[in-house]
Amino acid sequence: MKKVSDINASSQADIAFLLLIFFLVTTSMSVDQGLFRQLPPPNENNKDEKVDQINERNILVVLINRDNQLAVEGEITDINELTDRTIKFLTNPTNSESLSEQVPASKKYQEAMDKGKTEEAAVFKTLEEQCGNPGITRGVVSLQNDRGTRYDVYIQVQNSIVAAFNICRDNFSKENWGKPFEELDADKQKLVKAVFPLSISEAEPREVK
Amino acid sequence: MAKFRKKGQRTVSALSTASLPDIVFMLLFFFMSVTSMKETDYKVKIKLPTATEVKKLEKKSLISYIYVGAPLASFQSKYGTEPRVQLNDKISDLSDIADYIEGERQSHDEYEVPFMTYSLKVDSDAKMGIVTDIKQELRKVQALKLNYSTLKLERK
Repeated sequence: MKKVSDINASSQADIAFLLLIFFLVTTSMSVDQGLFRQLPPPNENNKDEKVDQINERNILVVLINRDNQLAVEGEITDINELTDRTIKFLTNPTNSESLSEQVPASKKYQEAMDKGKTEEAAVFKTLEEQCGNPGITRGVVSLQNDRGTRYDVYIQVQNSIVAAFNICRDNFSKENWGKPFEELDADKQKLVKAVFPLSISEAEPREVK
Repeated sequence: MAKFRKKGQRTVSALSTASLPDIVFMLLFFFMSVTSMKETDYKVKIKLPTATEVKKLEKKSLISYIYVGAPLASFQSKYGTEPRVQLNDKISDLSDIADYIEGERQSHDEYEVPFMTYSLKVDSDAKMGIVTDIKQELRKVQALKLNYSTLKLERK
């Protein structure tokens, strides 16, 4: 009988190396990440109606002009102060008349029930029962920018506002469950999101002076 | 009685390289699983801005990219130096965005369409004018899930 000699496998390593180098060259390790945002639908009539319903004190107006200067409620502000300003606006610790209105969860529950939004109402009911009827902000951040604003300034402003919301959410979850927002389970995250809904309204494009 | 061996007969046998392919394959699979293919070649210069509150983009297949930046030096004679929009491999006009999104939607299953996200990779130095125009175009075609692509920075 003829003996079949072993196939020489020494070139297998070379082939594998070739593949390895191919993948090393064609791939990038960086993970894509960024800020998520939901755009408003293109229906404009609807939008005007909504703006009318919001009380003046519940809107934090943030303007960025073409020289990349930032104005919060009409006064020029440094970008580093924006997060603190937004947190103050949202939580309104001194119950000031000029900052956002705080509505108890029980009232929000009634409002949602009146509008027939049972799902929303259920969330407020749970909040009332589990977290001692916390005040829920009606605050909305209104962001307007000029066509000449630099993109990275715009992103920094967006980021500062989102940071404010995240810090508020974190504080709330630590008070109630002793854990940061990210570590809560989905149901509890939903509760916290109901207390601090990420509401950033971006105006229709126009010139900002 | 001592036994003697002739000098010089003792040689070290060759190191077995039989396991080398295994090791290399292991490396290969590691790199295959942790990396992702480059989406496209950039025809515009993009230096992403930084942000602290970033979230990772999940489900790569549901993401379409829109690049904005000044054309690279080799394309400047044709497209100028002002920031332009790049869709897929081409520098395009704003009016092409609607078609691009329609094309992206066609290439996905119908039930996936509501979950599709549009990632804007915009150069830091670009002006908001062009970004606002893109946003308006996206709104027109009901492409409302948006992601501003940024690099991560730790919160102070």
